[in-house]
Amino acid sequence: MKTIRIGSGAGYSGDRIEPAVELAEKGEIQYLVFECLAERTIAIAQGAKLKDPSKGYDPLLADRMRAVLGLCHAKGIRIITNMGAANPAAAAARTREIAQSLGLHGLKIAAVTGDDVLAELKSGGHRIEETGAPVSSMADKLVSANAYLGAAQIVEALKAGADVVITGRVADPALFLAPQIAEFGWAMDDWDRLGKGTVVGHLLECAGQVTGGYFADPGVKDVAALARLGFPIAEVSEDGGAVITKVAGSGGAVTAATCKEQLLYEIHDPSTYLTPDVIADFSRVTFIQEGPDRVRVAGATGRARPETLKVSVGYLDSYIGEGQMSYAGPGALARGRLALEIVRERLALTGVKATELRFDLIGVNSIHGEALSTADGREPYEVRVRVVGRTDSLKEAVRIGNEVETLYTNGPASGGGATKSAKDVVAMLSALLPRGLAKPAIAYVEA
Amino acid sequence: MKLRDIAHSRTGDKGDISNISVIAYDEADFPLIEAAVTPERVKELFREVVHGEVVRYALPGIGALNFVMQKALGGGVTRSLALDAHGKCLASALLDLEIPDRAS
Repeated sequence: MKTIRIGSGAGYSGDRIEPAVELAEKGEIQYLVFECLAERTIAIAQGAKLKDPSKGYDPLLADRMRAVLGLCHAKGIRIITNMGAANPAAAAARTREIAQSLGLHGLKIAAVTGDDVLAELKSGGHRIEETGAPVSSMADKLVSANAYLGAAQIVEALKAGADVVITGRVADPALFLAPQIAEFGWAMDDWDRLGKGTVVGHLLECAGQVTGGYFADPGVKDVAALARLGFPIAEVSEDGGAVITKVAGSGGAVTAATCKEQLLYEIHDPSTYLTPDVIADFSRVTFIQEGPDRVRVAGATGRARPETLKVSVGYLDSYIGEGQMSYAGPGALARGRLALEIVRERLALTGVKATELRFDLIGVNSIHGEALSTADGREPYEVRVRVVGRTDSLKEAVRIGNEVETLYTNGPASGGGATKSAKDVVAMLSALLPRGLAKPAIAYVEA
Repeated sequence: MKLRDIAHSRTGDKGDISNISVIAYDEADFPLIEAAVTPERVKELFREVVHGEVVRYALPGIGALNFVMQKALGGGVTRSLALDAHGKCLASALLDLEIPDRAS
């Protein structure tokens, strides 16, 4: 039976680069996939593209391509990535430049576009999922709207001989499902196989998170050599059978336990995992450790794909201002609490208009509030106060950090290390768009 | 004993929704975990953090539970004022839960 090996070269935009090089060098893979697009990244990228039409793709695209393009070209490894973000065409052009600068020839690069549905969303009577409000009611605040496309265009580009496929917003598992469909000739309505291919994509999409990254808990769950963590490889066969593994000798571990944590990562109802390609069912998935760092995954199935596409809507929501300062030594906690009281009173006294405020003691209660953080009577040696608030203007947000900073000369004794910041907030909401309204397209450039 | 003695966990985020897995090291402990870690207990534990409903899904085939918690992330990662905007630390807080010892 035909088998292919797919490597996962990145789990997010800022991820390490050497594990991808290791995969290309020693992974005996045919496909190297880079998943680099978080929910909000595309809205930020849209902002960058507005300022400069040649930008708006992943900031590490050039570094990644320089690191792997030569190796992949020499070994016939095909690259699939969503590093196109808000501008797949510019990303493809940049990749061609890098290929040329490396002296590579005969490289076909595909850019998948059409996920940008801002115009379609604005013109119809569509509603925001979370609030039920019509999209039109927030028209002047909208920054971006990108539909999650499926595997179809990536499959088409691979069949057309593309060596590199660069997309914008595509469902993460689709990046991994596409080479399986293209290689094995699965039908786009073979729901069972698409479900199996999707679980493989879901396990690989966060790269190191299935090979022991984000898993270690010393003394309870130990993981070896995290500084040299190897990224995952899926060995997939035509019938949808799959083994998760990694490069021999690399750091980390692939075990049934690492796979179980990743299976449930960012999923809701395990029997109904919605993607543009299939409604996958992970509820009966099982893992069998077949050997060291080799785990067989079985039992995923699927049902007919949804008729609508999920759209991530980016909008200008508000502004956030923040200030922090540290206290240490005897009485640090009391001075920290006093500092927070002072800032609380100052914000009221000076009339700072915040719609929401938080007063945190970092190291004491800043993560889960007072009730969960009950002290056993001991005081921390050091504490860092943090005041953060939401406002309707940047000018107002700046005032929050200022009230923390002025504690230097006006607050409790021995406060140090003040920092402050103010920023605008592009927040995300969702909408559902009838699938026919998105118009995916593919453009090719050759190096 | 603590839940951490027999289970491990990871938190994920999507929009304003947080999900926490609870996975038995030994699948034989799954019924004990299922009985002890109810959605009501999780909702009570996170009362200062989670402001929406908590739904639990069971995956007996791998000895795991998945808790899906609405309105848990201050409006979502990008607009949250929280230090841990993704809610990633919630998993370790859940593992601190006291549960009945195995019947010996």
